[in-house]
Amino acid sequence: MLRLALLRFASAVPTLLLLLVLAFFMMRAAPGGPFDTERSLPPEILAKLEQAYHLDEPLWKQFARYIGGAVQGDLGPSFQYSDFTVNQLILQGLPVSLRVGLGAMVLALFVGCAAGIVAALRHNRFSDYAVMTLAMTGMSIPVFVIAPLLILLFAVTLGWLPAGGWQDGGLRDMALPVVALALPQIAILARLMRGSMIEVLNSNYIRTARAKGLATRTVILRHALRPALMPVLSYLGPASAGIITGSVVIEQIFGIPGIGRYFVQAALNRDYTLVMGVVVFYGTLIILFNFLVDMLYGVLDPRVRAE
Amino acid sequence: MKSILPRLLASVLVFCTLTASAAPQILRKGNGPEVETLDPHKAEGVSAANVLRDLYEGLITERPDATLTAGAAESWTLSDDRLTYTFTLRRDAKWSNGDPVTAEDFVAGLRRSADPATGSNYSQILAPIANAEAVIEGKLPPDQLAVTAVDPHTLTIRLKGPTAYFLGLLVHSSTYPIHRASLAKFGTAFAQPGNLVTNGAYRLVQRVVQSHILLERNPYYWDNAHTSIDQVQYLNTEDLNSEFKRFRAGELDWTYEVPASQGAWIRANLPEMYKVHTYLGVYYYGFNVTRPPFKDNPKLRRALTLAIDRKIICEKVQGLGEQPADSWVPPGTIGHRTAKAQWSGWNREQSLAEARRLYKEAGYSEENPARVEILYNTHENHKKVATAIAAMWKQWLGVDAVLVNEEWKVYLQTRRLKARTEVFRAGWIGDYNDANSFLEILHSKHGLNDQGYSNPRYDELIEKAAVEGDPAVREQLQHDAEALLMEDLPVIPIYFYVTKRLVSPRVTGWEGNIMDHHHTRYMRLQ
Repeated sequence: MLRLALLRFASAVPTLLLLLVLAFFMMRAAPGGPFDTERSLPPEILAKLEQAYHLDEPLWKQFARYIGGAVQGDLGPSFQYSDFTVNQLILQGLPVSLRVGLGAMVLALFVGCAAGIVAALRHNRFSDYAVMTLAMTGMSIPVFVIAPLLILLFAVTLGWLPAGGWQDGGLRDMALPVVALALPQIAILARLMRGSMIEVLNSNYIRTARAKGLATRTVILRHALRPALMPVLSYLGPASAGIITGSVVIEQIFGIPGIGRYFVQAALNRDYTLVMGVVVFYGTLIILFNFLVDMLYGVLDPRVRAE
Repeated sequence: MKSILPRLLASVLVFCTLTASAAPQILRKGNGPEVETLDPHKAEGVSAANVLRDLYEGLITERPDATLTAGAAESWTLSDDRLTYTFTLRRDAKWSNGDPVTAEDFVAGLRRSADPATGSNYSQILAPIANAEAVIEGKLPPDQLAVTAVDPHTLTIRLKGPTAYFLGLLVHSSTYPIHRASLAKFGTAFAQPGNLVTNGAYRLVQRVVQSHILLERNPYYWDNAHTSIDQVQYLNTEDLNSEFKRFRAGELDWTYEVPASQGAWIRANLPEMYKVHTYLGVYYYGFNVTRPPFKDNPKLRRALTLAIDRKIICEKVQGLGEQPADSWVPPGTIGHRTAKAQWSGWNREQSLAEARRLYKEAGYSEENPARVEILYNTHENHKKVATAIAAMWKQWLGVDAVLVNEEWKVYLQTRRLKARTEVFRAGWIGDYNDANSFLEILHSKHGLNDQGYSNPRYDELIEKAAVEGDPAVREQLQHDAEALLMEDLPVIPIYFYVTKRLVSPRVTGWEGNIMDHHHTRYMRLQ
């Protein structure tokens, strides 16, 4: 188990470094710079600004400077929001993104798995078809279509929930974005769960359990659920990535002050340090999540541990 | 017993009135894109200017209709040679921490604004002040800027030449004072909540990037007694459709704009809340006159200009109240006599006949059509306009127009390089209400002249006008400059912008104005 952990960790560091190199140089390769505005700056002022942000140094030196800072936890000043540092901005957005992201993840897991189990148990019956139709619909409608529809129904027409914004970060603020973010994941998880559950239910040891006369409840919860959860578990890594990328869109539509929202704006504004900060942060998060899933996999399946 | 009941009722009534008046009045304004900074000397966007207008007060401020009135200075005089302004500051002007606002604070603010080390995007606006250009270029130290604190309440500003619009510049954030002690203490973090000390009607309470900025009234403000609204929330509303939904859901009292796609619905369903007003801005197409096909080819430029039906673009493509532009400086600009293009007022047939004649004279025909690339920054609206214009050129002249869109920063660079562009879309909103704000951007040396237009006569006219003391002579010079522009046509004015927003009927005390400047301190909530 420890060997597995070390092995995974060792591969995570170069992955992150590669990600940083790609993000840094791609960002710099894009035409236009952080100080390009319609009203062009006098050359003297531009020179001062570039000097202040070390943009006058060769690229490799800037990269080295950046990595040096990042290792010590300093992600630099933001080019666009000059009143703040990138660390401050990420810290400000983190609790918000975390709440929405975790909320969506938990909701997706519970609802997705429950729907999948129901569909598997009612295999080829009405509720199975109903769940699968809904899941297919959920997977095929993009978030940026679902979200405005939810707003139109629950905020504009019914007036139950706010149409956007983040007042106190309570349940009212969270409800719509969390649901919109969770919907595609619910659909995927329901399909995954259904498939693996049907497979497990057809296996010999379940037949044995049933033959022993165990109640359906016990068979499902004690014998079928754990092995059926394996594919779901391995999907958690990609699911977290999906929720993170989804949050970029969701945060924009609902006007939520999270990290995802910085990303798009920062890229458009050529806010180099902020883009890098978000890449570092999300990259680390996804790698960490995959690492945890791998570990959990080992806990649940002895065969992985043995390897 | 009898007498107690009315008294009880009366006290309940009083209590209710008291508690009702004690509930803070909060105005919620949609404020468009994220405010990049609350540092008044670095801010450049409209969103930041809106918030700064409540936070700070310049020497001069505006009434609800955006006409100028006394701000932190209660009075001022101009010397006979029109070169030196002497401002007398209010004795009761205070910072939001109670410190008095002094002339030194304004001197420090103006010096900081001009200092190249500050990295201000708007320092050029200070150019009329003597020595400002040399300071901005780093040739003179900031303390050589011709701004002097004679005593704590007297400030003089010496100008390079007589500048008719100078007082109008003093409402711009780059001329705001700075609280020196907090700047020295917090450095670049001085504009963060908890650190920022301001001298306007409001002070900063909270700033959540990408969400909102919350202000509360500044109890030390000299005119706080007449301020009605207790708190203002400036909400970041990047997505106009989301903003529109939030307004409809009652979460906003004031929108930044309205989505163009909802224009017809809004006009039909919310006419009493839909507020349209002319705006000091022009939407235009620029010709790159430094290379073919537009270099030394006024006939082709004129033909293309004439072939555009502005009325259709305003009414059918935009449809939110925009005005067709047949001059360069927007109507409503103070002290300007518009020089309309010669073809202004022609009917469509006349324009098209002339366009076809010029097109042919320029050497093009059906067999040999002009090929033109239209560059625009990626945006739904610019795409619609470009498509319509390309269709008009094709239909009436046979021009083959190709549409190219680029993301904002790339587009700016392409435009500036002038290496590939032929025609590009652009827009300009005046920084101050004077024709110079529009005319100067086509001066051959101006940073925004991406057309590469260079006419010595034009440069001379606006240079003269900039320092002309006699208003009548100045008006004539600017009029002539605009007329020359409409003759040379380095740009095609397409329409004049309008501001369009939804305002809840409970907001009163504000007036639509050409600058679209609205101070919360005049507003009331019902």
